[in-house]
Amino acid sequence: MSTAEAAISRVFREEAGRLVGSLVRRVGDFDLAEELVQDAIVEALEHWPADGVPANPGAWLALTARRKALDRVRRNARLAEKLQLVAASEAPPEEADDRLRLIFTCCHPALAREAQVALTLRAVAGLTTAAIAHAFLANEASVAQRIVRAKRKIVRTAIPYRVPTGAELAARLEEVLAVLYLMFNEGYLASSGPAPTRPPLAEDAEWLCGLLANLMPREPEPLGLLALMRIHRARALARFDAPGQLVLLQDQDRSLWDHVLIAEAGKLIERAAAMRRAGPYQLQAAIAAVHAESPSWEATDWTQIAALYGLLLRHLDTPVVRLNRAIAISHVADAEHALELLDDLAEALDGYHLFHATRGDLLHELDRPEEARSAHRRALALTENPAERSLLERKLVF
Amino acid sequence: MKYMLMFIGESEGSDAMAPEDLKAMYAQVGEWWQKHSEAGVLVGGHELQPASTATTVEPRTGAVTDGPFVEAKESIGGYGIVDAADLDTVIAMAKTWPASSKVEIRPIVEGN
Repeated sequence: MSTAEAAISRVFREEAGRLVGSLVRRVGDFDLAEELVQDAIVEALEHWPADGVPANPGAWLALTARRKALDRVRRNARLAEKLQLVAASEAPPEEADDRLRLIFTCCHPALAREAQVALTLRAVAGLTTAAIAHAFLANEASVAQRIVRAKRKIVRTAIPYRVPTGAELAARLEEVLAVLYLMFNEGYLASSGPAPTRPPLAEDAEWLCGLLANLMPREPEPLGLLALMRIHRARALARFDAPGQLVLLQDQDRSLWDHVLIAEAGKLIERAAAMRRAGPYQLQAAIAAVHAESPSWEATDWTQIAALYGLLLRHLDTPVVRLNRAIAISHVADAEHALELLDDLAEALDGYHLFHATRGDLLHELDRPEEARSAHRRALALTENPAERSLLERKLVF
Repeated sequence: MKYMLMFIGESEGSDAMAPEDLKAMYAQVGEWWQKHSEAGVLVGGHELQPASTATTVEPRTGAVTDGPFVEAKESIGGYGIVDAADLDTVIAMAKTWPASSKVEIRPIVEGN
């Protein structure tokens, strides 16, 4: 992406969600409002790279969306009334930020996860369908289809345009955070495809999470997820060596870590912790922070990490969390005990490469080379990420 | 907007339940039904006889066969018609349905 393109994307991020949000509220048709803004974005991409970004890009996009609405009035009698409404609407000067409602609608649990991700990127972060398809290495037509279906479902089933309240909020917020974390992970560590990382997607996810944290200042979990993303990003430079091979946390050059970013994440965790409502993202961020603040691998406070994983289990009891707790325990207790904890997870994690990779490492430590090799071979067969593959292949040489 | 709630459960339906459990379940269902009817949200619906009583007709060929259109462990045991403002209202209502394992919500096509 060129600098000009990146600057334009940043403008879209700031303006697109606001515009979609206010149009949905005024027109009452999510599908139509989102479509008009997307049309305006596509038109901006035709003009801005050559003509430059206009002085007031938000107003330019709003005006273009209005013109698009007028064009459609002539072609679409059924929607004429709503379209006239858009065409006639002047945005009040200091309009309330509607993006929080927009986020909750895009991440409604009645939509499939892939659709939630694509729709959030398009409607809230102002990405084009082409950019989303590129980020997910997917076919543009199928991404477009997914978005069309999701928007149709929002309209046809009357998915409300509101922020849930009361008891409903916790579960719905969890859904939003899951969408953002999946988006971030896709960008940070791609599960398949030739490039090991896709930074723009991770950046969009982090921006969205920051927006969410600002819009919900009384909720600790968005801050927790934001801190977690920051710490991951702080270590990004050290994660791959010059030939593009994945470097394990223990072997990373910690001077390459962005310690300013790590300190910032620490402050976010403290702000969240002051609200005294622990949650899975805050705890994962705290675990990542213990690693990030440790001067060396040897100095890692494994007792604290094992304890934090113990707390995390109360919120998120998954085999992967149990696996990570077992790894932490293997550093404070003996490998034998850790292997026992691991073997309890054999059935649940048989398809997970990190389970076999960890098992291989423990078996190696216990001087059981044959079993270690077979576990590493199994891990290799289970991952497609080129950097992780080459790491496992190197282990198998010995 | 109107929605159809399809109450999905084991295909043998209430035939497989112990009489006292059945009685308790019907009491809860009755309460649920009355509450939402009185609120004007639930505007219609019925319990259906088990899937084993189904007859399927294919109008194009005139074929008549015994059984539901798709053989499955679970099937629709009843339905309700709901008139509500939005999907969230219906989801909240479906979460409190006292019988059967799943509730499928489908918007009804209106006005054409």
